[in-house]
Amino acid sequence: MKNSSAIRLAPGAKRSTPSGGLQAWLPRLVLAPSVAISLFFVYGFMLWTFVLSLTSSRMLPSYDFVGFGQYARLMANERWWVASTNLMIFGVLFVAVCLVIGALLAILLDQKIRQEGALRTIYLYPMALSFIVTGVVWKWLLNPQLGIQAMVQGWGFESFRFDWIVDPDMAIYTLVIAAVWQASGFVMALFLAGLRGIDDSIIKAAQLDGASLPRIYLRVVMPCLRPVVFSAVMILAHIAIKSFDLVVALTGGGPGYATDLPATFMYAHAFTRAQIGLGSASAMLMLGGVLAILIPYLYSELRSRKHG
Amino acid sequence: MANVIRRQTPAARLGRGLLYGVLILAALFYILPLVVMLMTSVKPLSEISAGSLLSLPQNPTLAPWTKAWGEACTGMRCDGVGGYFWNSFAIVIPAVLISTTIGALNGYALTKWRFKGSELVFALMLFGCFIPFQVVLLPMAQTLGWLGISSSRAGLILVHVVFGIAFTTLFFRNFYVGIPNELVSAAKLDGAGFFRIFWRILLPVSAPIIVVSVIWQFTQIWNDFLFGVAFSAHNTQPVTVALNNLVNTSTGVREYNVDMAAAMIAALPTLVVYVLAGKYFVRGLTAGSVKG
Amino acid sequence: MAALEIHNVRKEFGSERVLKDVSISIDSGEFLILVGPSGCGKSTLMNAIAGLEPVTSGNIYIDGEDVTWRTPADRDIAMVFQSYALYPSMTVRQNISFGLEMRKVPKPDREAAVERVADLLQITHLLDRKPAQLSGGQRQRVAMGRALAREPKVYLFDEPLSNLDAKLRVDMRTEIKKLHQRLGTTIVYVTHDQVEAMTLADCIAVMRDGHILQLGTPDEVYNNPVDMFVAGFMGSPSMNFIRATLEDNNGGYQLCIATPGEEELVLPWPEARIAPDMAERLNQPVILGLRPEHFSEEDERLTSQAEGTLLSASVAVVEPTGADILLRLPLGEQEVTARVGPKCAVVAGERLALRVDMGRAILFDAETEQRIA
Repeated sequence: MKNSSAIRLAPGAKRSTPSGGLQAWLPRLVLAPSVAISLFFVYGFMLWTFVLSLTSSRMLPSYDFVGFGQYARLMANERWWVASTNLMIFGVLFVAVCLVIGALLAILLDQKIRQEGALRTIYLYPMALSFIVTGVVWKWLLNPQLGIQAMVQGWGFESFRFDWIVDPDMAIYTLVIAAVWQASGFVMALFLAGLRGIDDSIIKAAQLDGASLPRIYLRVVMPCLRPVVFSAVMILAHIAIKSFDLVVALTGGGPGYATDLPATFMYAHAFTRAQIGLGSASAMLMLGGVLAILIPYLYSELRSRKHG
Repeated sequence: MANVIRRQTPAARLGRGLLYGVLILAALFYILPLVVMLMTSVKPLSEISAGSLLSLPQNPTLAPWTKAWGEACTGMRCDGVGGYFWNSFAIVIPAVLISTTIGALNGYALTKWRFKGSELVFALMLFGCFIPFQVVLLPMAQTLGWLGISSSRAGLILVHVVFGIAFTTLFFRNFYVGIPNELVSAAKLDGAGFFRIFWRILLPVSAPIIVVSVIWQFTQIWNDFLFGVAFSAHNTQPVTVALNNLVNTSTGVREYNVDMAAAMIAALPTLVVYVLAGKYFVRGLTAGSVKG
Repeated sequence: MAALEIHNVRKEFGSERVLKDVSISIDSGEFLILVGPSGCGKSTLMNAIAGLEPVTSGNIYIDGEDVTWRTPADRDIAMVFQSYALYPSMTVRQNISFGLEMRKVPKPDREAAVERVADLLQITHLLDRKPAQLSGGQRQRVAMGRALAREPKVYLFDEPLSNLDAKLRVDMRTEIKKLHQRLGTTIVYVTHDQVEAMTLADCIAVMRDGHILQLGTPDEVYNNPVDMFVAGFMGSPSMNFIRATLEDNNGGYQLCIATPGEEELVLPWPEARIAPDMAERLNQPVILGLRPEHFSEEDERLTSQAEGTLLSASVAVVEPTGADILLRLPLGEQEVTARVGPKCAVVAGERLALRVDMGRAILFDAETEQRIA
């Protein structure tokens, strides 16, 4: 029987898996469309946008190249600088406040609270809303004539002023308020999941060591949550950079262009002001910003996975 | 922190009271905007300018809702957000179904039929979760034009599927990683092939992740504004775009009650989903951050 | 004709060589156990036989047919997994009949097979439950039932008992042995538990680092190990390895064991067991291998007749196991384990006279760890 070597494959004839023809290729076949889509619509489009950013395109894409001229124009554009500065202010505040509120609420909720489920639901529901809805609601709340300012003045505090939304210097902070309202519950959920994942015995050991509750949280629990903080910062920073809908609905970028963010800047120039080249350049810079956050994150993720 | 023992001293009781106080205040911060929105949406306009934010509606009326639904002006047209509400459904439902199906198959192939380079393929696709969409807007507009589906619902469905499969693939991949490979091995020995194993073995245990994926995609696509505003025409707009137009249409008196009613209409489907399946909603949110 | 033949099989993951030229052949109805420490390649070999992983080179024959490049489904084998791998969405009945359904066996035949297997394994009352509703032992039975229903040419068992608690494991071990005796099936069984290996196998293959070190009956592997690894791996408590020097003893040989004190311990090597190449190793270090049961408590009444060498040591630890007593005592510069009868009334600290059965002792090369005699 062993002499049936005629059927046997020659040693050189390797097949990747011992499974017949089509079956072996099915997984790849199934993935192929998605890979193609990804290559074209993600990587191809990124490249395409980059190419556009090197051209003088205005209303319609044209392909006469001007090198990095659009980037130079961008750097000289005051509105871009306002948008970038706004993003810094908005991003840093949004991330920081969300983290503080989220962590605090999670820790407080973790004290065997009655009705925890209901409270959690209330804290988190804004995350289910569209930023457009959030913007519309907060625009109404922040309306000086009819919103919170009017309400508090109506209570007798005549000198109370809360008109940030019409104040070019303060309007950016209204974005922070609305965005924090929407996303901080989500950070709370992340932290709470992290807290629930911590081994109870660590906390018991710390108690036996005589640590007080705040100290346990500060010294024992929070260090365990570093990965959660890391992920939360990643996601929040990502939301901040992509923020577009909220600005459109809440301030419309105004007063003037005081609350422009790169996302609205890009949209305005590419779609309404017929500056496709400039818009593309700003989109590329946004991508650069995301990558600047993403790459260190992925790097540390991969490294920790190799070591862990 | 389940087993923390506290002595019931007066100080501890005070601390407990303070704790609940803070938690309830926080709850008010989150819930009041919704309450105000709801109350404002049923007040007549006169009551709004006379009363304050938190005053209860004296003569509740549904007129703002009916107006928002059927008559309010969104830009040039004045037929409310109702039509756009259905538009959103017409875009969301196919996009969710298609992207979830593709994601499930991708996740299955990536975890249970690993091949040389399958991790690279995953990394390649995962990147789609992170890009700022501004970077694809212009080429997308042109591509949709070439395909002859610019400003159409089909175009928007395509866009949402294309940029949704990165997430759905991530969900299903991370879920299927946790399903023992022996199940697939056993089924292979039993004589089942690629699709049969998926259909008979994997799919029947995938209900939780299907729910997560469907809910995530539903909220993402329903709440989308950027693609909606960039790639739709007046008759194919999703409701978020219509809402924004309604609020920003400056003809005549600002009808805040109608604005709020329209916002409620736009918010309702995702709120209902959240209330009904909050657990899965949270899981979807955290799935992106807690990678497997 | 060999039911399963593995021919020079190699498996490489990148530069890592997991299987290095493995060849095994077993006959129809034989029970082969692959045993070895984790990472020795036994599970990889199992997967290669099943066709779940391709081999880098070499061939696998089942019933004389080359199946090296066949799909798992076409090899006519069934496998019982360590995790059982029961399909969670299906009932026990569906789990058992799934393989038959895939092979387009008509429904009445499938039902008959399920009945037969359920009867055999006494799981008839569980047929309509889902795997989640079963206990560990019941799942194990269902997993075996799924394999048995197909009546394949070869059964593969991948550490099937390792997830059961100790008592159940012993019961199921007996049951598997009974099934094998009754059905005469060909079985390849992977385990890291040497007791399972000893009790179940017709043939044991001890593996390490992708090699088969020894292939033989349980008795051969236990009593005639080829090297120190096999000797140490099989048997519990494991074999004592004592450093010694091989010396001349009036033409014969003796083993000299250094002790912390002045004196030396000398054990004469039985003449009947002298191996030809012992002469070259005179005055060189060797390792003496003694199993715990090669020691026995000196019994005055038998002194004159009993064989072996007498030695005396003070007992460090006494560990009664019920059936017998394990003693830890110093021998030379090391501590050894000795197994004595349950009636031995020794307490820690006492001196005890022990007889060593040098007739069963094994001698290893201190460098290569290979067996000398």
